[in-house]
Amino acid sequence: MSDRSQLVDKYFRVDNLPHIWCPGCSHGIVTRALTKAIDELDLDPDKIVIVSGIGCSSRAAGYLNFNTLHTTHGRAIAYATGIKLANPELHVIVITGDGDASAIGGNHLIHACRRNIDLTVMIFNNNIYGMTGGQYSPTTPHTALGTTAPYGNIDRPFDLVRLVEGAGATYIARGTAYHTLQLTGYMKKAIAHKGLSVVEAISSCPTYYGRKNRIGDAVGMMQWMKDTFVEKRAYDRLDEEKRIGKVPFGEFVNIQAPEYTAVLAEITKRVEGRL
Amino acid sequence: MSKENLVLRLNRVSCKGCGICVAFCPTKVLKIVEDNKCKIIDLEKCIKCGQCELRCPDYAIYLEEGTDGK
Repeated sequence: MSDRSQLVDKYFRVDNLPHIWCPGCSHGIVTRALTKAIDELDLDPDKIVIVSGIGCSSRAAGYLNFNTLHTTHGRAIAYATGIKLANPELHVIVITGDGDASAIGGNHLIHACRRNIDLTVMIFNNNIYGMTGGQYSPTTPHTALGTTAPYGNIDRPFDLVRLVEGAGATYIARGTAYHTLQLTGYMKKAIAHKGLSVVEAISSCPTYYGRKNRIGDAVGMMQWMKDTFVEKRAYDRLDEEKRIGKVPFGEFVNIQAPEYTAVLAEITKRVEGRL
Repeated sequence: MSKENLVLRLNRVSCKGCGICVAFCPTKVLKIVEDNKCKIIDLEKCIKCGQCELRCPDYAIYLEEGTDGK
């Protein structure tokens, strides 16, 4: 008998477990939620490709038992675009972090959104560069502490949801590791969506972010998610002053638009017909 | 799936002792003990809600079909 759940046995490379993530790091929770979403969609694992970049989040690809590609920093979406164009039948899921997706890979992210290519981008947002020692990232809040912001972060952060909305993504949701069931639901819809979908999964780095900013340890950071993130419809009903310090989660965009590989196939067919 | 057929399993080798399952267990079934890992201290109280499994970052605790209550 295995000493792991059926879900983990089915979708993880169990020989590589326990994983490298720190005690209480939410990345493990978010990764499990992704396998749950895939399981509930009943997709053929051979038709799934996980592409990751560099960073703590991107280690997930090594633990997942699908076709996986662990690529270069910030470039996961570029590799994923190539895979999708070569074989549009595949479900291509990008696992990336806040720094990987919005700093080093920021251009890949916005242009993939603009093209509306059928990729699913899961951004594990822990507000920090964890792997390299807690440097501030583009999602580190203004005034928050990082090893490279010892007196408080001067930068203002990206709101990833609004960023990808502006760039043209056609499915956008934000979930948290604490609100795991809802997160799984958004992941399911994102994977099933035809077009560029983004799920911002709020994760936690107790080692660097929580400790440095006195939010707390693993439990403290989960409590912080519980207290800070409010389901979008409830958030919308809050008075202006009650919204201070709260962040909405939920589904923000769910629209249909011409998908890149489908448009390309159509054009190819048309041009070939003329030859 | 009926909850009656579910049992709570804990793989202490995988547990890193973060304490998330302990903090969010609604019926206080779990505890971090001397070796800094989770232990099932009161299985009788378990309502098999699965909150621990959902939020265990290390896949150490889970519900499984079975009857022996190991």
